[in-house]
Amino acid sequence: MNAIEPISPAGSTLKVYGVEVGSRLLLGTAQYPSPQVMANAVQASRAGIVTVSIRREAARANTGQRFFELIKSLGVRVMPNTAGCRTPREAITTAQMARELFGTEWIKLEVIGNDDTLQPDLFGLVEAATALSKDGFKVFPYTTEDLVAAERLLAAGCQVLMPWGAPIGSGRGLSNRYALRSLRKYFTGVPLIIDAGIGAPSHAAEAMELGFDAVLLNTAVAAAADPVRMAGAFAAAIDAGRAAYEAGLMEMRDMAAPSTPVAGTPFFDLDRS
Amino acid sequence: MQPEVAKHTSIHVNGEAARTRAASLADLVAERGFAENAVATALNGEFVARHARAATQLSPGDHVEIVAPRQGG
Repeated sequence: MNAIEPISPAGSTLKVYGVEVGSRLLLGTAQYPSPQVMANAVQASRAGIVTVSIRREAARANTGQRFFELIKSLGVRVMPNTAGCRTPREAITTAQMARELFGTEWIKLEVIGNDDTLQPDLFGLVEAATALSKDGFKVFPYTTEDLVAAERLLAAGCQVLMPWGAPIGSGRGLSNRYALRSLRKYFTGVPLIIDAGIGAPSHAAEAMELGFDAVLLNTAVAAAADPVRMAGAFAAAIDAGRAAYEAGLMEMRDMAAPSTPVAGTPFFDLDRS
Repeated sequence: MQPEVAKHTSIHVNGEAARTRAASLADLVAERGFAENAVATALNGEFVARHARAATQLSPGDHVEIVAPRQGG
């Protein structure tokens, strides 16, 4: 028998920072038509981790706690983000506030470098990841496919990397396949999660087929006409893609190769005379 | 000596100008109607942990952030 240990029909489980997570889909909680649709979508997606954020609270409002109570009722692990932060200092303070509010050391670290592409400021990201790791955080850095930045983030203490598929909310899928493939080949033992840019279940399946450990997405589900059905579609795609990766995909060929046996083909001799 | 009266301090809360009688960050959180566990705080860009709010005095011109959980991607 080969070395792959089938744990579920969809293959082996995801392990990050020593924690086993029962799903390879991480789902965002923003932009849904209603809190109930969000809750139903999370359940339909079978996500084991959901992302959340912190925002300014108006005096005498209770918006944040109502939302947090709903999230807690879903029985999933929570990962706060530092979305919108543009400097390491903002990101570090945001992470510290999020850790106290959500009671977790997990942080999806975003340091945004450009308002139009929302691409990460890799220099600021490494700086913030270094400080937060020293402070006991388990950092999940939202990064690009840049290999050198990836090495710096690992040296900073990150045990997982989250390269983008495409800009946040763009729905373009894996726009730099070659670089993502080589990142996967290079960091064989590091959990790699494709974060952002996923627009369709086929994009998520492709990421899984390439051997990425998980996919983090939000808009593709939240902005669907029926977010709950779309969440289920992504769950199926991720299961299929992971199973395909573990099953071992065939090599691509440039020319055709008959699938039906050639030996014994009737009229073979006449045909080729 | 004049009797001690709580005076207003002009500060910024969540990016808006505000006048408060609160002397400490803990007082400000209470003045705004929040349970202490419901929000997290920062003063002038630095995180102030829940247990440190009572000992954190407010000064004119301070910038305070008071945040709570929210949806995120």
